[in-house]
Amino acid sequence: MTKRDYSLLGPDSERAVETGLATAEWYHTDIPRKEMKALMQRSDQPAIRDAIILFGSMIVLAGIGIALWPSWSSAPFWLAYGVLYGSAMDSRWHECGHGTAFKTPWMNNVVYQIASFCMIRNPVSWRWSHARHHTDTIIVGRDPEIVAMRPPALFRIFLNFFGIFDALNGWKRMLLNAVGNLDPEEATFIPEQEQHKVIGVARVWVLIYLATIVLAVAMQSILPLMVIGSPRLYGAWHHVMTGIMQHAGLAEDVLDHRLNSRTVYINPISRFVYWNMNYHVEHHMFPMVPYHRLPELHEKIKHDLPAPNTSILDAYREIWPALKRQLRYEDFFVKRELPGSARPYREDLHEQALSVPAE
Amino acid sequence: MAEWIDACATDDIDEEDLIRFDHGDRTFAIYRSPNDEFFCTDGLCTHEQVHLEDGLVMDYVIECPKHNGQFDYRTGEAKRAPVCANLGTYPVKVEGDRVFVEI
Ligand code: FES
Repeated sequence: MTKRDYSLLGPDSERAVETGLATAEWYHTDIPRKEMKALMQRSDQPAIRDAIILFGSMIVLAGIGIALWPSWSSAPFWLAYGVLYGSAMDSRWHECGHGTAFKTPWMNNVVYQIASFCMIRNPVSWRWSHARHHTDTIIVGRDPEIVAMRPPALFRIFLNFFGIFDALNGWKRMLLNAVGNLDPEEATFIPEQEQHKVIGVARVWVLIYLATIVLAVAMQSILPLMVIGSPRLYGAWHHVMTGIMQHAGLAEDVLDHRLNSRTVYINPISRFVYWNMNYHVEHHMFPMVPYHRLPELHEKIKHDLPAPNTSILDAYREIWPALKRQLRYEDFFVKRELPGSARPYREDLHEQALSVPAE
Repeated sequence: MAEWIDACATDDIDEEDLIRFDHGDRTFAIYRSPNDEFFCTDGLCTHEQVHLEDGLVMDYVIECPKHNGQFDYRTGEAKRAPVCANLGTYPVKVEGDRVFVEI
């Protein structure tokens, strides 16, 4: 059994570079250029519609929550507001970070900045970290966004359903950046000329939080914190639930997203919150395709992909036993079957990773 | 010494699109703008050396297929992170239905 080191500065990072897993060529399903060009086309309309629904709902829900405060009858409104703040903002951060959600760049940027604040992810650092996640998806020692490491830290994942670990880290990192420092791992993927921006944003955020806290003290009430800050905790569960489905229990150190990513059919409300990122194999293979075209992309390439999980529950029926097994046996992973119409996995690309027994 | 090279036919490139052009051991991207002008840049993105041939041309911008970095393909200017360094650009001329690049 191999002990994994997920840090970006450790021996597995060096090993990934030496074995050619870092910044490598990945498998792509063939799709004619004309069709791909059509799928990549940008449009403002779907994202404007969704932004109006999202921000409109947040204003209404928080308004009712405030009006009913401090009665317990405000709780359902806060819970719904929390999911939009602490979970829907995760997918907005993601899509607008790619720059694919809106056609108009400033619209992407505005929503990206708001979503980054809600998720407590520095918009500069995380743009770079997410670029690395796309270059080296689930490559141990290279990908800074691996959620379920091996052995899986189940307690930490559980805490994150309430945002505890991620939010505390986010606030800690914000304070570190605000006093002018960068975490040593951050410095490995943020180019020097961008680093001052990380610090600038962190300082603005500290001011916003300070203003919120001062208001709470002045009002002798936690109400301002129900609107800003704490929804990142009480509304985080949905993005953690969907985020875990993306890669958990699947292969590491492979160069084919069909082996390390998961597409799941989910209900329409979760799809709105998650902005279609349930088509996760498709998104990783073709990150240029906007979220609203992913269902079409899925239809075009599904003959070449493992069958999607049919629901969130179905995905967890696969993930949970796999994570439990990885507690005892770190090398275990689920190798998903390809349909007969698919091009086979290129064993030569992932010899090492696939040589250990899978399901 | 740079010389004019016959790279492709004008019809080889759709409007608002690009193609890859390899010459010797170098690789380039040739673009046709929405206004039917032609341009040429280095073929590889300055971020992680991914070829731009599968990218998306929007007006005068080429978006890299890997991390959505963007360049103005007329000037090579890096427009959107994660790209920071500009792309090299090369003169282009059209003679008849052929596109020539000076490289
Ligand atoms: S390789 Fe082009 S943006 Fe990263």
